[in-house]
This record gives sequence, C-alpha cells and structure tokens, in this order.
Amino acid sequence: MIEVKDLYFTYPNGVEALKGISLNISDGEFVAIMGQNGAGKTTLVKHFNGLLKPSKGKVLIDGADTKDVSVATLARKVGFVFQNPDHQLFCETVEEEIAFALRNFGFKENVIKRRVTWALNLLGLKNYRKTSPFMLSGGERKRVALASILAWNPKILILDEPTIGQDYNQKEKLRQFILQMKAQKKTIVIVTHDVEFVAECNPRVILMSEGKIVADGEARKILTSPGILEKASIIPPEISRIFLELSDFGFPTNVIDVYEAGGIILDFWEAKNR
Amino acid sequence: MSMFEGLKFRRVSSPIHDLDPRVKFLYVIIMFAIAVMYMELIPLIMLFLIQLPLVMVAKVTKQWIKSMRGAAFLASIIFFTNFIFSYLYRGQQELPFILEYSMAMTLRFIVLVGSFSIFFLTTSPDHLGLALEKSHVPYEFCFAFTTAVRFVPVLAEEAQTIMDAQKARGLELEKGNFLKRIRNYIPILIPLIVNAIRRSLELAEAMESRAWGATKNRTNLYELKLRMGDYTLILLTIIILILAIYVRLYVPIPRITEIFP
Repeated sequence: MIEVKDLYFTYPNGVEALKGISLNISDGEFVAIMGQNGAGKTTLVKHFNGLLKPSKGKVLIDGADTKDVSVATLARKVGFVFQNPDHQLFCETVEEEIAFALRNFGFKENVIKRRVTWALNLLGLKNYRKTSPFMLSGGERKRVALASILAWNPKILILDEPTIGQDYNQKEKLRQFILQMKAQKKTIVIVTHDVEFVAECNPRVILMSEGKIVADGEARKILTSPGILEKASIIPPEISRIFLELSDFGFPTNVIDVYEAGGIILDFWEAKNR
Repeated sequence: MSMFEGLKFRRVSSPIHDLDPRVKFLYVIIMFAIAVMYMELIPLIMLFLIQLPLVMVAKVTKQWIKSMRGAAFLASIIFFTNFIFSYLYRGQQELPFILEYSMAMTLRFIVLVGSFSIFFLTTSPDHLGLALEKSHVPYEFCFAFTTAVRFVPVLAEEAQTIMDAQKARGLELEKGNFLKRIRNYIPILIPLIVNAIRRSLELAEAMESRAWGATKNRTNLYELKLRMGDYTLILLTIIILILAIYVRLYVPIPRITEIFP
C-alpha cells in the first residue's frame, strides 16, 4: 500500500516539481503514471522508495513514513527499475549483476544461486549467465536490469519508461510479463508516455501535468477523453481516435482495445447488411 | 560543492557578459596583482568595493554571494591562522593591529575569489575557448578544453542518477570501514566511466560526420572584437592599477586604529 499525502517537492536548484499530490495505491494494483516531460512523474515515483524525501507532506509505504527509513530498507519492498540500464550495469557477468542486490540484502549463497537462476529463466536470459552485460544488445541489457531487481522479489515494482527503445516484440513480452506479475498480486507502477502500450495493458491511469494530478481513473475512461489528455500533452490511442471520429454513426467513444473495436465494427457491418 | 556553484556559468545577457574574455581576464589579473601589493585593510576594502558594481551590472549577485559563502570556510581558516600566529609572535599589546592584519589577509583572499568568480560567472565556455584560440593555443586543445568544461554538469547529473540506481539495489555508500567505503564506489564509478567512454566515442563520430578538422583555417560564427565596453574596462583597469602603484609608493596608508583610536 502506497499512501501519498499532500506531497510537495522542490529540488535544491529551486524548481518546484511536485505541488500537492495526494494519492493511494492499494496492494495488487496496476497503475500507469502518464504526462508530458517535466510533469514530475519520475520525481513522484522516486519518493516511493525514498530516493527523494518530501519537502512537505508525507509518503507512507505499508504505513511506514519514507522519511524514517533508509533507501536500502525500502528497496527490499519497493523494486525500482531505472529507465537506462547503463546507469546500473557494472559487473563482469550477468549472473554477478543479478546477485549484486541479493548480496546487499544479505541473502545466503545457496538462496542467491537459486534466485539468480529463477530470474534468468523468467526473462529468457539463461544463455547469457556468464556473458558480460556490456556485450548485450539494448533490449537484453534492459532485461538484465529488470532481472536484477526481480531477483529479490519485491512486493511493489516500479518501472520508469520501460518501453522506450523497445521493438514491438519486446513490448509484447513486457506486457505479458507485467500481467504475470499482476496475477501474482504484485503492485506495479509504470511511468510512461506510451499511450498505445497503456491502452493494451488497460491499467489505472494517473495523469500528471506541471507537478499536479489532473486525472485519475480507468484507462478506458481517461485515454478516451481528449479534453483531459490535452492538458498533459497526450493524444488518445489510435483506435480511440478512430472511434471518436466515428461517434456520429453511433459508435461508442470509450474504446481502447483493438479486439473490442473489431467486434463492434463487425456487429455494425452485419446489422447494416441485414 | 557550493564554492563551485559560484564558478558555474549561466546564460544571461548583461554588459559584463558581452565583454571580451581576454579583457575580463586582464581585469582579474590586475585585481590579483593589486591585492597582493597591499597588506593594509583600507585599500583592500576599497578593492573589494570596486567589485560590487561589476557584480550588480552583470546581474549575477545571487550566484556571486553563493560562491562567497562557499569561500567563507577557507577565509575563516586564513583569518584564524594569521591571527593565532601573529598573536604568538607579537604578543597581546598589539591586539588591534593583529586583528586588522588578519582581516586584511582574509579580505585579500576574498577579493581574489570574488574577481575570479565574476570572470567565470560571466564568461561562457565557448567564449573562453575562442579567447584561447585567439591567444594562439592550437585549436585541438581549445576544443578539448571547452568540451571538458561543457560536460562537467552532464557527468555530475549522470553520477547522481547512477547513485540513485544503485541505492535502489540496496547499495549503502556510508556502510563499513574505510576500505569498504571506497569499494562501495565501484558500482558507481564503472557505469560512469563506461558511459563517459561510450559518449566520447559517439561524440567523435558526430564530430567526424560534421567534418571536424576538414579545413585548416577555420572561421568562427562569433568573432571576438574589442568594442566600446572593452576599451572602457581596459581604461578603468589601467587607471586603478596606476592609482594603486602611486598610492603604494608615495602615500602613507593609515591603519583603521589610527583613524578611530
């Protein structure tokens, strides 16, 4: 459970990045935080594992104030995957890379071995166990970074821009993976601009603009409201734009799923031909 | 770190920013020379006051005060060492003189830092590189210099991100004994160095694709040219220098304790 109470945050250089954020994320929820560059998305999620401490207000993780707990302690519960894997990879082998955090948290050697194998299998990195992470491709490095966080099985998972620079296949794998984590009752928070990806995942969407939350609700409702999206410089997913244009023909305007859209069009076609 | 904050250039436009960096450097050097010429408090106070209008005209008052605050620690060390040693040497009778002398030494340091800070706050790295080029430093070195200056803030920001990323993986920098603490920095240094090398290779490719070094005689978009303002500053600086030398040689300088006994 993540509770944010009237959070304000000002960077040391005087930029006020968050202006009064209040928000609750329950256990097992899947949330996408969206908004334009500089809206404060990353700043907000950096409060969830204590990397940043509130200037004013409170952030509680399972009831514990982040001000009172160290990042290392919080990290055990809150896994944070950074946007750029190159900011964290440093070991000689992928295996060592994944074991790094486990050693920091003081796991036993035999447990570490088991968990590393588990994480490697989970993300399809089995064959790279002894490879240097610097020799891998961009997508693979991103997966190593993800595996290195998942290895300790955190209860809350934060992914900062997970889809940037990934091809469709990788994105689809990531989506499957997130759904799998969701089925295991993990709390997942993603920070992204990728509307199409969010439309396919259909999570709860929190829309931010200039350090404030401008909308909070189901993806289906928010991604199909051009007025609200415009405030955050986001355009609706393509399928919703088509349906918004076709509203004159009596099509519903709240469609974000391609399969659902296909069904509606086929029904419409059949009704017309009859 | 706050001392370096005062050396960081910010793009503002002001008459001082537009001056030729060579002229500003001349000004700094002469301020330096005058500060070293005097050991008395009164002329050093005057020298300090000369800096203020310049700071105000350059609109960098806030950053300048910040760098002065950064220098405060070193300044206080200078004050106390001077005070303690002259006290041990001269004894208690001359306490007012010792106090004045130590203050003068401190103020000398502050004037030096202050004028250097004006120079760095108002001179963009590009201008500085241009000035080096004009002073017949080979272009390769000028370019290396400006690039290095240009990338310092980028590296600082990257180091911060890497630190955050490793902290999020349970790394505790402040944990363990001295050796362990040094080893804690390995997970930060390796990505930082690898990224810096990678970036330098990318930069080299980008430069080559833009035909870096294709012509022997480069031209510049901006030419350094001495303008009205530059001549004014040169004139002012020389007048101050002549005045300072004259006063040093022929005018007895009173102590503050003599004026207000």
